[in-house]
Amino acid sequence: MNTTTAAANTQPTRPLWRRLIGFNLLTAVLLGVGGYYLGWFIGHQIKGTSFAYEKKSSESDVALLLAYFFGVIGFLIGLGFANYPLSRLLGRPASLREKESEGWSRYFGLCTDHKVVGMQYLIGIGLFFFIGGLNAMLIRVELLHSTPTVVGPNQYLSLVGMHGTMMMGMMTSGVLGPFANYFVPLMIGARRMAFPRIEALTFWLLMAAGFILVSTIFFGGFPTGWTGYEPLNDQAVMGMDSYIMFFALVGISMTLLGLNMMATIITMRAPGLTWSRLPIFVWSVFATSVLMVLAAPMLVATLLMAALDRTINTSFFISGGGGSSYLFENLFWFFGHPEVYILALPGFGIVLELLPVFTRKPLWGYRLAISGMLGVSLLSFFVWQHHLFVSGINADLRPFYMLSTEIISIPTGFIFLCVMGTLWKARTSFTVPMLFCLAWTFNFLIGGLSGVFLSDAPSDTTTHGSFFSMAHFHYTIMGGLIFAFFAAIYYWIPKMTGVRFNERLAKWHFWLMFLAFNSTFMPLFVVGMEGQPRRVSEYAPNLHGLNTWVSISAFVLGVSMLIFLVNTVYSLVFVRAAAEQNPWRSKSIEWQIPHPVPVNNFEQIPVFDSDPYDYGVPVTAIGGAQPASAGA
Amino acid sequence: MSSEPAAAQGGPPAEPNHARRFGTIWLLASLIATPLVVVLLGPILPPGKASEQAAGQVTDNTVLLAMATPVLLLVLIYLAYSTIYFRQPKGGVLEGPAIRGDARIQTTWIIVTTALVLSLAVYGTVRLLGDNGGGSGSGPAPLTSPKGPKLPVQVIAQQWAFTYRYPTYGGVETPHLVLPQGEMIELHVTSLDVIHSFWAFQLGVKADANPQVDNIAFVKPTALGSFEIRCAELCGIWHGEMFDQGRVVTPAAFETWIHQQQATFAPATAVLPPYSRTYEPSPTRRGG
Repeated sequence: MNTTTAAANTQPTRPLWRRLIGFNLLTAVLLGVGGYYLGWFIGHQIKGTSFAYEKKSSESDVALLLAYFFGVIGFLIGLGFANYPLSRLLGRPASLREKESEGWSRYFGLCTDHKVVGMQYLIGIGLFFFIGGLNAMLIRVELLHSTPTVVGPNQYLSLVGMHGTMMMGMMTSGVLGPFANYFVPLMIGARRMAFPRIEALTFWLLMAAGFILVSTIFFGGFPTGWTGYEPLNDQAVMGMDSYIMFFALVGISMTLLGLNMMATIITMRAPGLTWSRLPIFVWSVFATSVLMVLAAPMLVATLLMAALDRTINTSFFISGGGGSSYLFENLFWFFGHPEVYILALPGFGIVLELLPVFTRKPLWGYRLAISGMLGVSLLSFFVWQHHLFVSGINADLRPFYMLSTEIISIPTGFIFLCVMGTLWKARTSFTVPMLFCLAWTFNFLIGGLSGVFLSDAPSDTTTHGSFFSMAHFHYTIMGGLIFAFFAAIYYWIPKMTGVRFNERLAKWHFWLMFLAFNSTFMPLFVVGMEGQPRRVSEYAPNLHGLNTWVSISAFVLGVSMLIFLVNTVYSLVFVRAAAEQNPWRSKSIEWQIPHPVPVNNFEQIPVFDSDPYDYGVPVTAIGGAQPASAGA
Repeated sequence: MSSEPAAAQGGPPAEPNHARRFGTIWLLASLIATPLVVVLLGPILPPGKASEQAAGQVTDNTVLLAMATPVLLLVLIYLAYSTIYFRQPKGGVLEGPAIRGDARIQTTWIIVTTALVLSLAVYGTVRLLGDNGGGSGSGPAPLTSPKGPKLPVQVIAQQWAFTYRYPTYGGVETPHLVLPQGEMIELHVTSLDVIHSFWAFQLGVKADANPQVDNIAFVKPTALGSFEIRCAELCGIWHGEMFDQGRVVTPAAFETWIHQQQATFAPATAVLPPYSRTYEPSPTRRGG
């Protein structure tokens, strides 16, 4: 799937075994496994009275957490992340880049080319996205029956937890990882990211995290879902440590990714690319990055406290020891609510970026869209306790959180107005990316409006923690982010690979996914309203019919993903029909540079004199038509 | 939902007045759909009318639905309208008008959405405070509480069952929840281990059970009959099995029942810890 197989063949070929030695994925895995056992060994040497219980039960959270920690360190050393700092310590000269023109092997190691990292992210995240999706399929298999039958309740909760955590953890970088890493430098006329090595680090940290989360199945899984509430967290078996390590690594990766994006966008814009000419996608990446940098460290700190509770018996969250279960909820959602906007904002950016291309119109309300995104970012730090409306925490503040939550729909409304304004009197081509953008508008509308019921404290009493809220956030995240994610894939893959998708299969994928998605999640609003709590494998018999319908729809949704996979393999591996240089007639800069994109992106740094939305014919030429007066 | 008034049906070359046409369609659709939603959906909305609080939530949900309907229709009809009328001809390379915004529309939009949102928040606050939390867990010291006599009932959650203590009846603890009809109940929800959530679906009550927290919710059951109790916060492997049935009975039947319970559980009551708003949680490490 890489674009430079030809380049690889021209290199003088060393024997394969020789090429496998060095700092690459193979070494990384070997050192990672070594580090894992080292940590495991050290963990078991630690003794003390407070560990008496663990000795008895053959469980050792200390050993597992240390094993993961040393494993990750070994993995990163194997990839070569220690080389640069060490050589600098030894007084060697600074080098900016590593492995930027070595053919396919660049994709299996530390590479500082932002385009390689983008592709790595796309494949890596795609892998875990499909694992998370498979978990969802298994959840729906269990819910075909109103009593636990197929998997036991323990496995069921592990599936729920893995599905939620995988999606919420991995997909936070679902757009910023592949698409922002690949296209932000191109869009701002830069040759690289501000911190290329950190860019690579964010990717490999995420991969290590993903495998750690999957490894939870060897340690009994975890029963808490993606929220990891205490004190259930403290009570859980060793599999819980996988969750803690996973999310902590994701938090570190997110923080670094956000910092890198912010630094790049602030400092590396080409001449003439003022803030008011920045593509709206870059603005959305910027807003998301601010959230990542401000919110994700909170998650890491919270999980560290949880890990200390589990290992050295502190009691931050244990009320028996003077802690509080509220503290975890409060800290978690202070991260958790910005987190859902970290997921949603890149979707806004993609939709607004793609609409002008396919409507042949400038983006309507550019500044309004920016203020919408920044408004959402800012407000997302003031709403977190709406997740705790019935918990009894700060109950007197509920009117405030109700207000702040409802106010956040004002900037979100800006995005809708911009979408609608851009569609007005457009010349819309219903290409596959455009279809995904329109589906986004529909889904996010349902997601947003259902959120009104959850934001209203009295109304929330029934919907809270039910399938209603589950359907709501799937509409905003799957219907929002994932639909935008696929729009981006269909839009940008021709640029990233030089190969185009089979359009008939792509349209099948879209229609099946859109219909099955709605057929899956629309009934869940009813299921929740009728009293089915989230995360149960046992539900009221009167809801059996609806649940069966939902499960079958979910399987169809799974089939639509298979169509996408088939299309990917068929089009990008077997057929490999060359894509046009600029198939969408886009005016954005990434489509104007040659293909494949040279390692250095630009021979000469471009100079910008406008934003990338120079579409359409001047209004005076067609009789001064304005949306309000709509003349002619 | 797509009645076609056709304000200006021009010939092929003359572009119709899209703004007026879309506006008319939307207005008509909203005028038709909103009352229909209120009249047809309103009465069947969960959680029903088994308590004052549940009935209040039905009212809230109806109001929210009525407010959401025109907004939903606005965007949906707009999407449909622009999909039908604003298309690129097949194989065409036409450009649309280069409109980059409209200050009047943007200002109007901001004012209207702000007004809508603020009215929602005011309505929600008035309902929340006026209904003393509307059946939701309102913490150990609720801001408002109902006037008049209240029957305190303690809900004790633990993995994986709810038990109930009636402090005004000698602190008897029973595995059954029976409530008298027409009396204001003051529920004190607490937990002995992890976080649970007490959800009495038909009564419109939901309150998290946190260890060492007394989470108070008020409910006044109005209809006789049984109601469903479920745990609504993930609490471990048997979370899905943590459900039960409660009953609302006449005050006289309640008196009979509670005295039976006192007699039945007298030996247990004698050894129970005295009634308290919270209890020392049991050790949680590796409990299950």
